[in-house]
Amino acid sequence: MTDLILILVGTVLVNNFVLVRFLGLCPFMGVSRNLEAAFGMSLATAFVLTLSSAASYLLHQYVLVPLELGYLRTISFILVIAVSVQFTEIMVRRLSPLLDQVLGIFIPLIATNCAVLGVALLNVQQAKGFVQSVFYGFGAAMGFALVIVLFAAIRERIDAADVPRPFRGTAIALMTAGMMSLAFMGFSGMARP
Amino acid sequence: MEFQRHDAPFFTPRTDVASIMRQVLYALIPAVLAHVWFFGPGILFNLIIAALFCLAGEAAMMKIRRRPVQAALADYSAMVTAAIIAFALPSLTPWWVTATASLFGIVVAKHLYGGLGFNVFNPAMAGYVVVLIAFPMDLNLWTAPRMGDIDYQYPTLLETIRYTLTGVLPSDLGFDAVSRATPLDQVKSGLSNMRTFDEIHNNPMMGHFGGRGWEWVSNFVALGGIWLLLKKIIRWQIPLGVLAGLLIPSGFLYWVDAGVHASPGFYLFSGATMLCAFFVATDPVSAATSPKGRLIYGFGIGFMIYAVRRWGSYADGVAFAVLLMNLATPAIDYLTRPRIVGHRKLEKWRQE
Repeated sequence: MTDLILILVGTVLVNNFVLVRFLGLCPFMGVSRNLEAAFGMSLATAFVLTLSSAASYLLHQYVLVPLELGYLRTISFILVIAVSVQFTEIMVRRLSPLLDQVLGIFIPLIATNCAVLGVALLNVQQAKGFVQSVFYGFGAAMGFALVIVLFAAIRERIDAADVPRPFRGTAIALMTAGMMSLAFMGFSGMARP
Repeated sequence: MEFQRHDAPFFTPRTDVASIMRQVLYALIPAVLAHVWFFGPGILFNLIIAALFCLAGEAAMMKIRRRPVQAALADYSAMVTAAIIAFALPSLTPWWVTATASLFGIVVAKHLYGGLGFNVFNPAMAGYVVVLIAFPMDLNLWTAPRMGDIDYQYPTLLETIRYTLTGVLPSDLGFDAVSRATPLDQVKSGLSNMRTFDEIHNNPMMGHFGGRGWEWVSNFVALGGIWLLLKKIIRWQIPLGVLAGLLIPSGFLYWVDAGVHASPGFYLFSGATMLCAFFVATDPVSAATSPKGRLIYGFGIGFMIYAVRRWGSYADGVAFAVLLMNLATPAIDYLTRPRIVGHRKLEKWRQE
Protein backbone atom coordinates (compact mmCIF):
# COMPACT_ATOMS: atom_id res chain seq x y z
CA MET A 1 0.00 0.00 0.00
CA THR A 2 2.71 2.45 1.01
CA ASP A 3 4.71 1.83 -2.15
CA LEU A 4 1.64 2.50 -4.28
CA ILE A 5 1.09 5.86 -2.53
CA LEU A 6 4.78 6.64 -2.99
CA ILE A 7 4.49 5.83 -6.69
CA LEU A 8 1.54 8.22 -6.96
CA VAL A 9 3.27 11.07 -5.07
CA GLY A 10 6.47 10.39 -6.98
CA THR A 11 4.90 10.53 -10.43
CA VAL A 12 2.47 13.37 -9.74
CA LEU A 13 4.83 15.74 -7.94
CA VAL A 14 8.45 14.70 -7.52
CA ASN A 15 9.17 13.25 -10.96
CA ASN A 16 6.36 14.98 -12.79
CA PHE A 17 6.44 13.77 -16.38
CA VAL A 18 6.08 17.21 -17.90
CA LEU A 19 8.04 19.49 -15.57
CA VAL A 20 10.81 17.21 -14.34
CA ARG A 21 11.20 14.55 -17.03
CA PHE A 22 10.18 16.91 -19.88
CA LEU A 23 7.96 14.34 -21.58
CA GLY A 24 4.64 15.15 -23.20
CA LEU A 25 5.54 18.73 -23.89
CA CYS A 26 3.66 18.92 -27.21
CA PRO A 27 0.13 18.58 -25.79
CA PHE A 28 1.29 20.59 -22.76
CA MET A 29 2.06 23.57 -24.98
CA GLY A 30 -0.55 22.85 -27.64
CA VAL A 31 -3.74 22.16 -25.73
CA SER A 32 -3.32 24.57 -22.84
CA ARG A 33 -4.81 27.66 -24.43
CA ASN A 34 -8.02 27.39 -22.49
CA LEU A 35 -9.03 25.63 -19.35
CA GLU A 36 -11.81 23.41 -20.71
CA ALA A 37 -9.70 21.99 -23.52
CA ALA A 38 -6.89 21.29 -21.06
CA PHE A 39 -9.30 19.53 -18.74
CA GLY A 40 -10.69 17.38 -21.54
CA MET A 41 -7.22 16.52 -22.80
CA SER A 42 -6.07 15.47 -19.36
CA LEU A 43 -9.13 13.23 -18.85
CA ALA A 44 -8.56 11.47 -22.19
CA THR A 45 -4.84 11.12 -21.51
CA ALA A 46 -5.51 9.66 -18.07
CA PHE A 47 -7.69 6.94 -19.57
CA VAL A 48 -5.30 6.06 -22.39
CA LEU A 49 -2.19 6.16 -20.21
CA THR A 50 -3.62 3.80 -17.61
CA LEU A 51 -4.93 1.44 -20.28
CA SER A 52 -1.75 1.42 -22.36
CA SER A 53 0.57 0.95 -19.41
CA ALA A 54 -1.44 -2.12 -18.39
CA ALA A 55 -1.54 -3.45 -21.97
CA SER A 56 2.13 -2.86 -22.65
CA TYR A 57 3.06 -4.54 -19.37
CA LEU A 58 1.05 -7.63 -20.32
CA LEU A 59 2.52 -7.66 -23.83
CA HIS A 60 6.05 -7.39 -22.53
CA GLN A 61 5.63 -9.93 -19.75
CA TYR A 62 3.73 -12.62 -21.66
CA VAL A 63 4.81 -12.17 -25.29
CA LEU A 64 8.12 -10.37 -25.63
CA VAL A 65 9.97 -11.94 -22.70
CA PRO A 66 9.02 -15.61 -23.38
CA LEU A 67 9.83 -15.23 -27.09
CA GLU A 68 13.02 -13.27 -26.31
CA LEU A 69 11.89 -10.43 -28.52
CA GLY A 70 13.07 -7.62 -26.22
CA TYR A 71 14.51 -5.67 -29.14
CA LEU A 72 10.99 -5.21 -30.53
CA ARG A 73 9.95 -3.40 -27.40
CA THR A 74 9.72 0.15 -28.74
CA ILE A 75 7.88 -0.67 -31.93
CA SER A 76 5.44 -3.05 -30.27
CA PHE A 77 4.66 -0.50 -27.55
CA ILE A 78 3.93 2.10 -30.19
CA LEU A 79 1.51 -0.38 -31.73
CA VAL A 80 -0.15 -1.02 -28.36
CA ILE A 81 -0.52 2.71 -27.75
CA ALA A 82 -2.00 3.32 -31.18
CA VAL A 83 -4.46 0.47 -30.65
CA SER A 84 -5.53 1.67 -27.22
CA VAL A 85 -6.00 5.19 -28.55
CA GLN A 86 -8.19 3.84 -31.36
CA PHE A 87 -10.06 1.66 -28.89
CA THR A 88 -10.69 4.65 -26.63
CA GLU A 89 -11.91 6.70 -29.55
CA ILE A 90 -14.36 4.05 -30.72
CA MET A 91 -15.60 3.36 -27.19
CA VAL A 92 -16.15 7.00 -26.44
CA ARG A 93 -18.01 7.53 -29.69
CA ARG A 94 -20.27 4.54 -29.09
CA LEU A 95 -20.94 4.98 -25.40
CA SER A 96 -21.16 8.71 -24.91
CA PRO A 97 -21.70 11.11 -27.79
CA LEU A 98 -21.50 13.96 -25.27
CA LEU A 99 -18.01 12.98 -24.14
CA ASP A 100 -17.07 12.45 -27.77
CA GLN A 101 -18.06 16.02 -28.49
CA VAL A 102 -15.85 17.28 -25.66
CA LEU A 103 -12.85 15.01 -26.17
CA GLY A 104 -13.25 14.06 -29.82
CA ILE A 105 -10.39 15.99 -31.37
CA PHE A 106 -7.98 15.34 -28.52
CA ILE A 107 -8.06 11.58 -28.53
CA PRO A 108 -5.99 10.97 -31.72
CA LEU A 109 -3.48 13.52 -30.40
CA ILE A 110 -2.67 11.26 -27.46
CA ALA A 111 -1.02 8.72 -29.77
CA THR A 112 1.75 11.28 -30.32
CA ASN A 113 2.15 12.11 -26.63
CA CYS A 114 5.63 10.87 -25.81
CA ALA A 115 4.76 10.59 -22.11
CA VAL A 116 2.60 7.57 -22.98
CA LEU A 117 5.50 5.72 -24.61
CA GLY A 118 7.80 6.99 -21.86
CA VAL A 119 5.65 5.46 -19.15
CA ALA A 120 5.51 2.10 -20.94
CA LEU A 121 9.28 2.00 -21.46
CA LEU A 122 10.10 3.19 -17.94
CA ASN A 123 7.81 0.52 -16.48
CA VAL A 124 9.76 -2.19 -18.24
CA GLN A 125 13.11 -0.59 -17.45
CA GLN A 126 12.35 -0.39 -13.74
CA ALA A 127 10.97 -3.96 -13.70
CA LYS A 128 7.73 -3.10 -11.97
CA GLY A 129 4.88 -5.50 -11.27
CA PHE A 130 1.46 -5.27 -12.92
CA VAL A 131 -0.26 -3.23 -10.19
CA GLN A 132 2.73 -0.90 -9.86
CA SER A 133 2.83 -0.40 -13.63
CA VAL A 134 -0.84 0.56 -13.72
CA PHE A 135 -0.37 2.95 -10.80
CA TYR A 136 2.70 4.43 -12.46
CA GLY A 137 0.70 5.12 -15.60
CA PHE A 138 -2.21 6.52 -13.62
CA GLY A 139 0.12 8.72 -11.52
CA ALA A 140 1.87 10.01 -14.64
CA ALA A 141 -1.52 10.91 -16.10
CA MET A 142 -2.58 12.66 -12.89
CA GLY A 143 0.67 14.63 -12.88
CA PHE A 144 0.09 15.59 -16.50
CA ALA A 145 -3.49 16.61 -15.71
CA LEU A 146 -2.52 18.69 -12.68
CA VAL A 147 0.19 20.56 -14.51
CA ILE A 148 -1.71 21.19 -17.75
CA VAL A 149 -4.79 22.47 -15.90
CA LEU A 150 -2.72 24.86 -13.75
CA PHE A 151 -0.80 25.94 -16.85
CA ALA A 152 -3.97 26.61 -18.82
CA ALA A 153 -5.30 28.76 -15.97
CA ILE A 154 -2.04 30.73 -15.93
CA ARG A 155 -2.11 31.17 -19.71
CA GLU A 156 -5.62 32.53 -19.60
CA ARG A 157 -4.40 35.11 -17.12
CA ILE A 158 -1.29 35.94 -19.18
CA ASP A 159 -3.43 36.48 -22.27
CA ALA A 160 -4.99 39.44 -20.48
CA ALA A 161 -1.63 40.79 -19.28
CA ASP A 162 0.41 43.57 -20.78
CA VAL A 163 3.22 41.30 -22.00
CA PRO A 164 5.89 42.97 -24.21
CA ARG A 165 5.09 42.19 -27.82
CA PRO A 166 8.10 39.97 -28.68
CA PHE A 167 7.19 37.69 -25.78
CA ARG A 168 3.47 37.26 -26.40
CA GLY A 169 2.02 33.83 -27.08
CA THR A 170 4.31 30.83 -27.16
CA ALA A 171 7.41 32.65 -25.88
CA ILE A 172 5.91 33.67 -22.56
CA ALA A 173 4.18 30.28 -22.30
CA LEU A 174 7.51 28.48 -22.65
CA MET A 175 9.04 30.76 -20.04
CA THR A 176 6.14 30.08 -17.72
CA ALA A 177 6.67 26.36 -18.22
CA GLY A 178 10.31 26.93 -17.21
CA MET A 179 9.26 28.80 -14.09
CA MET A 180 6.86 26.00 -13.18
CA SER A 181 9.71 23.58 -13.62
CA LEU A 182 11.83 25.69 -11.25
CA ALA A 183 9.05 25.61 -8.69
CA PHE A 184 8.76 21.84 -9.00
CA MET A 185 12.47 21.53 -8.09
CA GLY A 186 11.22 22.10 -4.54
CA PHE A 187 9.78 18.59 -4.50
CA SER A 188 13.20 17.03 -5.07
CA GLY A 189 14.12 14.48 -2.45
CA MET A 190 10.54 13.69 -1.43
CA ALA A 191 8.78 10.33 -1.67
CA ARG A 192 11.91 8.24 -1.48
CA PRO A 193 10.93 4.70 -0.50
CA MET B 1 -10.28 86.89 -0.15
CA GLU B 2 -10.77 83.49 -1.61
CA PHE B 3 -11.79 80.53 0.47
CA GLN B 4 -10.85 77.11 -0.74
CA ARG B 5 -13.78 74.79 -0.83
CA HIS B 6 -13.38 71.32 0.59
CA ASP B 7 -15.79 68.57 -0.25
CA ALA B 8 -16.30 65.40 1.72
CA PRO B 9 -14.48 63.12 2.38
CA PHE B 10 -12.17 65.42 4.26
CA PHE B 11 -9.60 62.80 5.06
CA THR B 12 -8.58 60.86 2.00
CA PRO B 13 -6.66 57.75 2.91
CA ARG B 14 -3.50 57.46 0.87
CA THR B 15 -3.62 54.08 -0.78
CA ASP B 16 -1.36 54.59 -3.76
CA VAL B 17 1.25 51.95 -4.53
CA ALA B 18 4.17 54.11 -3.42
CA SER B 19 2.87 54.74 0.10
CA ILE B 20 1.99 51.07 0.61
CA MET B 21 5.40 49.91 -0.59
CA ARG B 22 7.12 52.52 1.54
CA GLN B 23 5.34 51.31 4.66
CA VAL B 24 6.30 47.73 3.84
CA LEU B 25 9.91 48.91 3.72
CA TYR B 26 9.56 50.75 7.06
CA ALA B 27 8.13 47.58 8.61
CA LEU B 28 11.32 45.71 7.70
CA ILE B 29 13.69 48.17 9.40
CA PRO B 30 13.66 46.57 12.89
CA ALA B 31 14.32 43.17 11.34
CA VAL B 32 17.25 44.56 9.32
CA LEU B 33 18.75 46.00 12.51
CA ALA B 34 18.35 42.66 14.30
CA HIS B 35 19.92 40.92 11.30
CA VAL B 36 22.91 43.29 11.45
CA TRP B 37 23.30 42.69 15.19
CA PHE B 38 23.26 38.89 14.92
CA PHE B 39 24.76 38.18 11.49
CA GLY B 40 27.00 41.15 10.80
CA PRO B 41 26.65 44.07 8.37
CA GLY B 42 26.49 41.84 5.26
CA ILE B 43 22.75 42.32 4.75
CA LEU B 44 23.29 46.07 4.31
CA PHE B 45 25.59 45.48 1.35
CA ASN B 46 23.18 42.89 -0.07
CA LEU B 47 20.47 45.50 0.27
CA ILE B 48 22.50 48.15 -1.55
CA ILE B 49 23.48 45.84 -4.40
CA ALA B 50 20.01 44.36 -4.76
CA ALA B 51 18.44 47.83 -4.74
CA LEU B 52 20.93 49.04 -7.33
CA PHE B 53 20.29 46.17 -9.73
CA CYS B 54 16.53 46.05 -9.14
CA LEU B 55 16.19 49.77 -9.87
CA ALA B 56 18.54 49.54 -12.86
CA GLY B 57 16.61 46.55 -14.24
CA GLU B 58 13.31 48.32 -13.71
CA ALA B 59 14.53 51.51 -15.37
CA ALA B 60 16.06 49.65 -18.32
CA MET B 61 12.92 47.60 -18.93
CA MET B 62 10.67 50.64 -18.69
CA LYS B 63 12.90 52.47 -21.14
CA ILE B 64 12.96 49.57 -23.60
CA ARG B 65 9.17 49.23 -23.35
CA ARG B 66 8.87 53.01 -23.85
CA ARG B 67 6.99 53.56 -20.59
CA PRO B 68 7.51 56.36 -18.06
CA VAL B 69 10.68 55.43 -16.19
CA GLN B 70 10.29 57.95 -13.40
CA ALA B 71 6.86 56.69 -12.30
CA ALA B 72 8.03 53.08 -12.10
CA LEU B 73 11.06 53.95 -9.99
CA ALA B 74 9.02 56.15 -7.68
CA ASP B 75 6.52 53.44 -6.70
CA TYR B 76 9.09 51.61 -4.54
CA SER B 77 7.92 48.18 -5.70
CA ALA B 78 11.40 47.34 -7.01
CA MET B 79 12.80 48.37 -3.61
CA VAL B 80 10.51 45.91 -1.83
CA THR B 81 11.69 43.16 -4.18
CA ALA B 82 15.29 44.16 -3.43
CA ALA B 83 14.67 44.10 0.33
CA ILE B 84 13.14 40.63 0.23
CA ILE B 85 16.00 39.31 -1.93
CA ALA B 86 18.52 40.80 0.52
CA PHE B 87 16.75 39.05 3.38
CA ALA B 88 16.64 35.74 1.56
CA LEU B 89 20.36 35.65 0.75
CA PRO B 90 23.04 34.79 3.33
CA SER B 91 24.68 37.86 4.84
CA LEU B 92 27.96 37.00 3.11
CA THR B 93 27.03 36.85 -0.56
CA PRO B 94 29.21 37.86 -3.53
CA TRP B 95 27.67 40.69 -5.52
CA TRP B 96 27.11 38.72 -8.71
CA VAL B 97 24.75 36.33 -6.93
CA THR B 98 22.66 39.21 -5.60
CA ALA B 99 22.74 40.86 -9.01
CA THR B 100 21.58 37.69 -10.80
CA ALA B 101 18.68 37.26 -8.39
CA SER B 102 17.66 40.91 -8.69
CA LEU B 103 17.87 41.07 -12.47
CA PHE B 104 16.07 37.77 -12.99
CA GLY B 105 13.35 38.78 -10.57
CA ILE B 106 12.76 42.21 -12.08
CA VAL B 107 13.42 41.58 -15.76
CA VAL B 108 12.09 38.08 -16.31
CA ALA B 109 9.60 37.42 -13.54
CA LYS B 110 8.14 40.92 -13.47
CA HIS B 111 8.57 42.87 -16.69
CA LEU B 112 8.35 40.11 -19.28
CA TYR B 113 4.97 39.28 -17.74
CA GLY B 114 3.85 42.87 -18.13
CA GLY B 115 5.28 44.62 -15.10
CA LEU B 116 3.69 45.61 -11.80
CA GLY B 117 0.21 44.18 -11.48
CA PHE B 118 0.63 41.36 -14.00
CA ASN B 119 3.45 39.21 -12.66
CA VAL B 120 2.27 35.64 -12.12
CA PHE B 121 5.25 34.74 -9.94
CA ASN B 122 6.62 36.65 -7.00
CA PRO B 123 9.70 38.38 -8.49
CA ALA B 124 11.87 38.15 -5.37
CA MET B 125 11.21 34.44 -4.88
CA ALA B 126 11.71 33.68 -8.58
CA GLY B 127 15.10 35.43 -8.47
CA TYR B 128 16.03 33.64 -5.27
CA VAL B 129 15.14 30.19 -6.62
CA VAL B 130 17.24 30.82 -9.73
CA VAL B 131 20.35 31.64 -7.70
CA LEU B 132 19.59 28.83 -5.25
CA ILE B 133 19.82 26.39 -8.17
CA ALA B 134 22.59 28.22 -10.07
CA PHE B 135 24.88 29.05 -7.11
CA PRO B 136 24.10 26.38 -4.47
CA MET B 137 27.57 26.73 -2.94
CA ASP B 138 27.30 30.46 -2.23
CA LEU B 139 23.83 30.14 -0.78
CA ASN B 140 24.93 27.54 1.75
CA LEU B 141 27.41 29.77 3.56
CA TRP B 142 25.45 31.31 6.39
CA THR B 143 27.50 33.20 8.94
CA ALA B 144 27.22 32.08 12.52
CA PRO B 145 24.97 34.21 14.73
CA ARG B 146 26.59 36.38 17.39
CA MET B 147 26.72 34.40 20.63
CA GLY B 148 28.59 34.52 23.92
CA ASP B 149 29.48 30.95 24.70
CA ILE B 150 31.05 29.60 21.52
CA ASP B 151 34.39 30.80 20.29
CA TYR B 152 33.57 32.07 16.88
CA GLN B 153 35.12 34.55 14.49
CA TYR B 154 33.32 37.00 12.33
CA PRO B 155 34.53 39.11 9.45
CA THR B 156 34.99 42.82 10.08
CA LEU B 157 33.21 45.51 8.10
CA LEU B 158 36.07 45.84 5.60
CA GLU B 159 36.38 42.09 5.20
CA THR B 160 32.63 41.84 4.56
CA ILE B 161 32.86 44.51 1.86
CA ARG B 162 35.82 42.76 0.32
CA TYR B 163 34.01 39.42 0.29
CA THR B 164 30.90 40.96 -1.21
CA LEU B 165 32.95 42.51 -4.02
CA THR B 166 35.42 39.72 -4.75
CA GLY B 167 34.05 36.52 -3.21
CA VAL B 168 37.32 35.92 -1.36
CA LEU B 169 37.73 35.76 2.40
CA PRO B 170 41.01 36.94 4.01
CA SER B 171 43.55 34.13 4.18
CA ASP B 172 43.44 33.80 7.98
CA LEU B 173 39.66 33.45 8.01
CA GLY B 174 38.28 30.24 6.50
CA PHE B 175 34.63 29.52 5.79
CA ASP B 176 34.74 26.96 8.59
CA ALA B 177 35.49 29.75 11.03
CA VAL B 178 32.77 32.17 10.00
CA SER B 179 29.94 29.96 8.79
CA ARG B 180 27.76 27.47 10.60
CA ALA B 181 25.08 25.03 9.58
CA THR B 182 21.79 26.83 10.01
CA PRO B 183 19.37 25.42 12.62
CA LEU B 184 17.16 24.09 9.82
CA ASP B 185 20.13 22.28 8.30
CA GLN B 186 21.15 20.87 11.67
CA VAL B 187 17.69 19.59 12.45
CA LYS B 188 17.27 18.07 9.00
CA SER B 189 20.60 16.25 9.00
CA GLY B 190 20.26 15.32 12.69
CA LEU B 191 16.82 13.80 12.23
CA SER B 192 17.96 11.83 9.19
CA ASN B 193 20.88 10.51 11.26
CA MET B 194 18.41 9.01 13.75
CA ARG B 195 19.01 11.57 16.46
CA THR B 196 16.01 12.77 18.44
CA PHE B 197 14.84 16.34 18.21
CA ASP B 198 15.59 16.98 21.92
CA GLU B 199 19.16 15.81 21.41
CA ILE B 200 19.68 18.17 18.48
CA HIS B 201 17.95 20.99 20.28
CA ASN B 202 20.31 20.85 23.29
CA ASN B 203 22.93 22.74 21.31
CA PRO B 204 23.18 26.37 22.50
CA MET B 205 23.06 27.38 18.82
CA MET B 206 19.46 26.26 18.72
CA GLY B 207 18.32 29.02 21.08
CA HIS B 208 14.88 28.76 22.65
CA PHE B 209 12.73 28.08 19.61
CA GLY B 210 14.17 28.61 16.18
CA GLY B 211 17.90 28.98 16.72
CA ARG B 212 19.88 31.80 18.26
CA GLY B 213 19.70 34.95 16.21
CA TRP B 214 17.16 33.46 13.82
CA GLU B 215 14.35 33.59 16.33
CA TRP B 216 15.02 37.24 17.11
CA VAL B 217 15.14 38.22 13.46
CA SER B 218 11.87 36.30 13.05
CA ASN B 219 10.34 38.14 16.02
CA PHE B 220 11.19 41.51 14.55
CA VAL B 221 9.90 40.49 11.13
CA ALA B 222 6.66 39.38 12.79
CA LEU B 223 6.50 42.67 14.66
CA GLY B 224 6.76 44.56 11.39
CA GLY B 225 4.15 42.26 9.91
CA ILE B 226 1.72 42.91 12.77
CA TRP B 227 2.24 46.62 12.25
CA LEU B 228 1.31 46.17 8.59
CA LEU B 229 -1.77 44.22 9.67
CA LEU B 230 -2.80 47.03 12.03
CA LYS B 231 -2.25 49.58 9.26
CA LYS B 232 -4.48 47.36 7.06
CA ILE B 233 -1.82 47.16 4.37
CA ILE B 234 -1.96 43.38 4.41
CA ARG B 235 -5.00 41.34 5.34
CA TRP B 236 -5.08 38.59 7.90
CA GLN B 237 -6.09 35.68 5.68
CA ILE B 238 -2.72 34.91 4.10
CA PRO B 239 -0.53 35.19 7.25
CA LEU B 240 -3.03 33.08 9.19
CA GLY B 241 -3.17 30.56 6.36
CA VAL B 242 0.62 30.25 6.14
CA LEU B 243 1.08 29.85 9.90
CA ALA B 244 -1.80 27.36 10.16
CA GLY B 245 -0.54 25.41 7.16
CA LEU B 246 2.81 25.05 8.89
CA LEU B 247 1.54 24.53 12.46
CA ILE B 248 -1.18 21.93 11.82
CA PRO B 249 0.96 19.23 10.15
CA SER B 250 4.05 19.92 12.26
CA GLY B 251 2.00 20.06 15.48
CA PHE B 252 0.17 16.86 14.63
CA LEU B 253 3.31 14.89 13.79
CA TYR B 254 5.12 16.28 16.85
CA TRP B 255 2.17 15.20 18.98
CA VAL B 256 2.28 11.71 17.45
CA ASP B 257 6.02 11.25 17.94
CA ALA B 258 8.06 14.03 19.49
CA GLY B 259 11.33 12.17 18.91
CA VAL B 260 11.53 12.02 15.15
CA HIS B 261 9.74 15.27 14.32
CA ALA B 262 10.86 18.81 15.11
CA SER B 263 8.58 20.95 17.26
CA PRO B 264 6.13 23.35 15.60
CA GLY B 265 7.70 26.21 17.58
CA PHE B 266 11.03 25.49 15.95
CA TYR B 267 9.58 25.61 12.44
CA LEU B 268 7.66 28.77 13.26
CA PHE B 269 10.66 30.80 14.41
CA SER B 270 13.44 29.54 12.17
CA GLY B 271 14.27 30.18 8.56
CA ALA B 272 12.04 32.54 6.66
CA THR B 273 8.62 31.47 8.01
CA MET B 274 7.71 34.88 9.39
CA LEU B 275 9.14 36.77 6.41
CA CYS B 276 7.06 34.54 4.15
CA ALA B 277 3.85 34.84 6.17
CA PHE B 278 3.88 38.63 6.42
CA PHE B 279 5.99 39.97 3.56
CA VAL B 280 6.37 37.46 0.73
CA ALA B 281 3.12 35.54 0.53
CA THR B 282 1.10 38.72 1.01
CA ASP B 283 2.30 40.20 -2.30
CA PRO B 284 -1.09 41.36 -3.62
CA VAL B 285 -0.27 40.70 -7.28
CA SER B 286 0.78 37.06 -7.24
CA ALA B 287 -1.56 35.97 -4.41
CA ALA B 288 -5.13 34.78 -4.74
CA THR B 289 -7.81 37.49 -4.64
CA SER B 290 -10.91 36.36 -2.79
CA PRO B 291 -10.78 35.98 1.03
CA LYS B 292 -11.41 32.24 0.80
CA GLY B 293 -8.85 31.92 -1.98
CA ARG B 294 -6.30 33.75 0.18
CA LEU B 295 -6.84 31.32 3.04
CA ILE B 296 -6.34 28.36 0.70
CA TYR B 297 -3.31 30.03 -0.89
CA GLY B 298 -1.69 30.74 2.49
CA PHE B 299 -2.46 27.29 3.83
CA GLY B 300 -0.91 25.71 0.74
CA ILE B 301 2.26 27.75 1.20
CA GLY B 302 2.51 26.81 4.88
CA PHE B 303 1.99 23.16 4.15
CA MET B 304 4.55 23.17 1.31
CA ILE B 305 7.10 24.89 3.57
CA TYR B 306 6.65 22.08 6.06
CA ALA B 307 6.81 19.40 3.38
CA VAL B 308 10.07 20.73 1.90
CA ARG B 309 11.67 21.21 5.32
CA ARG B 310 10.64 17.80 6.54
CA TRP B 311 10.86 15.57 3.47
CA GLY B 312 12.54 17.55 0.71
CA SER B 313 16.22 17.94 -0.02
CA TYR B 314 16.36 21.71 0.50
CA ALA B 315 16.77 23.16 3.98
CA ASP B 316 14.10 25.80 3.66
CA GLY B 317 11.14 25.62 1.34
CA VAL B 318 9.71 29.13 1.45
CA ALA B 319 10.70 30.15 -2.07
CA PHE B 320 9.52 26.89 -3.63
CA ALA B 321 6.29 26.97 -1.63
CA VAL B 322 5.53 30.50 -2.77
CA LEU B 323 6.28 29.74 -6.44
CA LEU B 324 4.22 26.55 -6.32
CA MET B 325 1.21 28.36 -4.91
CA ASN B 326 1.79 31.24 -7.35
CA LEU B 327 1.33 28.81 -10.20
CA ALA B 328 -1.82 27.50 -8.57
CA THR B 329 -3.19 31.01 -8.00
CA PRO B 330 -5.09 31.39 -11.31
CA ALA B 331 -6.74 28.02 -10.69
CA ILE B 332 -7.57 28.95 -7.06
CA ASP B 333 -9.08 32.22 -8.23
CA TYR B 334 -11.10 30.36 -10.85
CA LEU B 335 -12.49 27.96 -8.26
CA THR B 336 -13.15 30.49 -5.48
CA ARG B 337 -14.90 33.21 -7.43
CA PRO B 338 -17.16 34.90 -4.88
CA ARG B 339 -20.88 34.73 -5.51
CA ILE B 340 -22.29 37.85 -7.10
CA VAL B 341 -24.75 39.74 -4.92
CA GLY B 342 -28.30 38.82 -5.89
CA HIS B 343 -27.09 35.93 -8.01
CA ARG B 344 -29.12 33.32 -6.14
CA LYS B 345 -32.32 35.29 -6.67
CA LEU B 346 -31.52 35.55 -10.36
CA GLU B 347 -31.03 31.79 -10.59
CA LYS B 348 -34.35 31.19 -8.85
CA TRP B 349 -36.06 33.65 -11.12
CA ARG B 350 -34.60 31.93 -14.16
CA GLN B 351 -35.78 28.54 -12.99
CA GLU B 352 -39.30 29.83 -12.53
